[in-house]
Parts: sequence; structure tokens; C-alpha cells
Amino acid sequence: MAVKDIASGAAEDNIRKERIKGIVFQVFCVIAALFGIVSLGALLIYVIYEAAGWLDLEFITNTPSRFAEKAGVRPPLLGSAFVIGLVALFSLPLGVGSAIYLEEYSKQSFFRRFIEINIANLAGVPSIVYGLLGLGLFVSTFGMPHGIVLVGAFTLTLRVLPIVIVSSQEAIKAVPDLQRHASLGLGTTRWQMIRTVVLPEAVPGILTGTIIALANAMGETAPLIMIGAATTMFTSPHGLFSSFSAMPLQIYAWSDFPQSEFQHGVTPAAIVVLLIIILSMNGIAVYFRNKFYQKKRQK
Amino acid sequence: MELDLHKQFRVDIKEHLVKFVFFSFAFLSVITTVGIVVVLITDSAIFFSEVSFFEFFTGTRWSPTIRPEEFGVLPLISGTLTFTLVTSLIAIPTGLLAAIFLSEYANERVRSVLKPALEVLAGIPTVVYGYFALVYITPMLKSFIPQLSTFNVLSASIVVGIMIIPTIASISEDAMRAVPNTLRHAAFGLGVTKFQVTTSVVVPSALSGIVSSFILGISRVIGETMAVTIAGGNMSRMVNWLKPGETLFEPVQTMTAAMVEIGVSDVTGDSVAYRSLFAVGLTLFAMTMVLNMVSAYIKRKYREKY
Repeated sequence: MAVKDIASGAAEDNIRKERIKGIVFQVFCVIAALFGIVSLGALLIYVIYEAAGWLDLEFITNTPSRFAEKAGVRPPLLGSAFVIGLVALFSLPLGVGSAIYLEEYSKQSFFRRFIEINIANLAGVPSIVYGLLGLGLFVSTFGMPHGIVLVGAFTLTLRVLPIVIVSSQEAIKAVPDLQRHASLGLGTTRWQMIRTVVLPEAVPGILTGTIIALANAMGETAPLIMIGAATTMFTSPHGLFSSFSAMPLQIYAWSDFPQSEFQHGVTPAAIVVLLIIILSMNGIAVYFRNKFYQKKRQK
Repeated sequence: MELDLHKQFRVDIKEHLVKFVFFSFAFLSVITTVGIVVVLITDSAIFFSEVSFFEFFTGTRWSPTIRPEEFGVLPLISGTLTFTLVTSLIAIPTGLLAAIFLSEYANERVRSVLKPALEVLAGIPTVVYGYFALVYITPMLKSFIPQLSTFNVLSASIVVGIMIIPTIASISEDAMRAVPNTLRHAAFGLGVTKFQVTTSVVVPSALSGIVSSFILGISRVIGETMAVTIAGGNMSRMVNWLKPGETLFEPVQTMTAAMVEIGVSDVTGDSVAYRSLFAVGLTLFAMTMVLNMVSAYIKRKYREKY
């Protein structure tokens, strides 16, 4: 009797210990899941708070300046818009075309596997190395000038192309084969089928991936530094061959300024401008993705 | 009849043309890879005719622009490894525990909120993280650690650690969710607790995916540039890991930061310093490439099939 009591007491102790261990572990997991989000949230609130007095219409329309009150972001903002616009123009046809080739023309071939492994590897290359590619290829080999819009756009296009290709492939894969067969059965050619059946279905998925890729490109700094883009420009770019600066480059330049009005005013304002652009691009991408899933669920 | 044939011929031509155009687009990715390798190797080759291979890989001083010029890459590798080690110590446990929470503990509603929120962490530009580290994190840490210098490894590692969490968490979570519930139920049937099921059944079963997520995360950290350039300082030095204070609280220069330093300087296209960019770039490219391949290999080779 007594022995049995002691034994069950020990077992209960053990169970209690295990239960506490489980709770402690779960608490750690919750903390880990929230750590990044809460830290970033706090940093964002702080940066918005500091930007508050500085971010106005004049900040958007002025050029950079030594004087904090006069400083603005028009040239880098237009530079970013120009370059990213070109990246969209280049990467959309190239990325979607590649995805179409891989999904519709080269099913299960050796070539397809080779390209896919290659794309996966490219996605893992650090962005600064793409900057070296741009510098060595477009500037040194092709003799294009340092730091011009076109070289920036080419370099960032190569950088984001793997993301655009992979997400376009996913979108094309999601189109059911039944629809392809129906189209081919009506006597259409392969290209007619792709153009009229596959692509319209895949558009939301393609757009989601492309916009996320462009948002990434919007924040890229290192590749643009390597191709010689200016960290500060006082004039906005006016053509494909004009020098440019971009928002992240200007933020990099300003983060070095020791004056408090820059560290705790102008730079936060520029950061908030950049983050508004990037986060709203991501928001639009999520909107397209949800639309895409809704459509799929209805089927 | 003849007209029909002509039309058919035109359609055929068009079909082939379209296919060829898309093929060449897909082939561009191969050209990109070849371009990266060729550019890095040709300029590095000229560099190594000016600075010996031996000097580059054994020299302990990096001073590409200030006389006497020296091109020893070891201080930069030391800086990169230090930064990577400290960042991994922050990001790996946090990312893994976050993945466990998402996969094993969170219900669908919590997951549907947490996952996109975590993805935002990876979407913030690194230049912004660098600013956060330099202007917000370092002064805050200074109130606890008075000897912390303005530029230091710790702050840069904290922000990059936060940035890498989603990479590790999402791949690890995918691996854990792929573990079939029958394994969990079998373990529960033996009367063990949820903690035991998680740590001794789910995590070991998903280990290949988890380890490959760690390696991929480490590879990202090695290539990370702006945060460590802005907040980590630009002082190339050999780091002595046996002295934690010197490791964590002092500035370093990583390979990437050294490349940015040359990039923003007025180095001309025809100098040793310019070509040293490509030698450092090649070293960086080789390191990340090997890690990415190891990560993919582990994922493929050791994946449990259920």
C-alpha cells in the first residue's frame, strides 16, 4: 500500500514536470514566432514617428540638400520609378516566355531540368554579385557608361528574373490540363491555346509573382552601387542613358550623415516613402493572389 | 487547295518562331550563369597576375586603396564568418521555434495571420535594416553595454537575424507539416506529451528540410550586404573568437562591405583595386554556391518519403 502511494506520487511528479516542460517550450515557441514581428513593428512605429514632421509634399518634390529643411527625394524617387518600370517591361515578357517554354513546350526533357536547376541556383546568388555582372558585362565589356538607367534596369532584371520565372511556372501549372485538351481538340495550334486559354487563366498568378519581384527590386541597393549609380543626384533622370539615383541609395547616403536632423528626420522620412511603396506593392500582390485562389475554389 | 497549304505553312512558321523565341528567353538564364562565372573569372585572372594567389588567400591585411596596398582576403573572410556566426545564433533557434509553433501549436486562424506577417520581415529592404541597426538598435544596446562601439557586429546581426527568420521558418515549417499525422498519433498513443512528440518525432522526421533551411539561411547571411555595411562598420580585421567582447562589440568588414567600399570610392576601371572586387566576388560566389548546393543535396538525399 505505502509503496504503491510513493510510486504513484513519483509518477504524478513526473507528469507535472513533463507538463511544465511542455508549457515552457510552447511559451518559447510563441516568443520566437512573435519576436521578429514585434521588433519590426516597434521599429516601424518609431521610424514613422520620427518621419512625421518631415514627410510632406515638399519632401517629395524637392531635391536632396545639405540643409535638412530643404532636402527632398524627387530625383531618387523618379530614378527608382524609371528603373523599376523598365525592369517590369523587361522581366515580364522574358519571365513569362521562359515559364511558357518550360511548362508548355519542354515537358520532362533533360533541357527543362537543366534550366530549372540553373534558375534555382541563380535565385541563390547574392545580389551584390549581380552588380558585378552588370559592371563587368554592360559597363566594361559593352562599354556602356557607369550608373545609367538602362544598365541599372538590365542588372535588376537579371536579378529578379528567377523569381518571375518560378512564380509564372506555378501559375501556368495551376491551369488544368482539361482546358488545354479542350482547346487542342477544337483544332487550335499550341500557341493559340497558350494565348487564349492558358495565359488568361494564369494572369493573376503571374502578376502576383511579378509584383513581389518588382517590390524586391525596389529595395535593392548593392547591385546599383556596384554598377556605379550615384548615391545622391540633384537632377532627375531624363532618358535611358542618363545617370540616376534610387531611393535605397539615397537612404544609404543619408544614413551616414551625423546631423540629428538627418538621422532622426530626413532619413526616416525617406524610409517611410520607400516602405509605403514596397508594402503597397506587396499588398497589391496579395490582392491578386487572393483573387486567384477564390477563382480556383469556385471550380 | 494551294491557298490552304500556304496558310498552313504560315501557321507552322509562326508556331516554330514562337517556340524559338520562348526557348531563347529560357536560355537567357543559362547565359546569365555563364556570364557571372566568366565575368568573375576573367577579371579575377588579371587580378591574380598582379597579386599572387598565395598573397590573396593568406594575407592578413586588406587595404585596397590606402598605401601600402595589400590584398589579403582573410580579414574579410574572418569578418564575414563572424557576422554569419552571430547572426545564425540569433536566427536559427528563433526560426526553428517559430516554425514549430506554426506547424504544431498554432491553429489555422493564427497561422493565416502570422505567416504573411512573418513574410513582411523578409520584404523590408536591407538598407532600411541597416539604418535601424545603426540609429535605433546600437544606441539602445549601448545603455546596457557601455563598451559597445558605434559600428559593431551585434546590432547588424540582430537586424539581419530578424530578416532571415522567415527563410528558416517557412522551409522548416513545410518540412514539419509534411510529416504525416499517423506518426504523431502513434506517439500520442504511447502516452507521451506534445512536447515529446514534437521534439522526438516531428523534428527528427523533418530534419533534412530543417537542416537545409539552416544552410540556405546561412548562405543568405553571407551574401547580405547593406545592413552589415551601414551598421557593422568598415574596419577590416582578423577577429579572435576567443574574445567575445572583441567579436561582438567591435566593427568588422565583411567581404560584401569591402566590395561596397570600393564601389562607392572613386576607383577607376583600370586598377588593381577595381579588379580585386571580382576576386572577392568570386570568393563570395563560390562560398554561397557551395552552401546552396549542399542545402539542395541534403533536402533531396535525406528526404523521408511517406
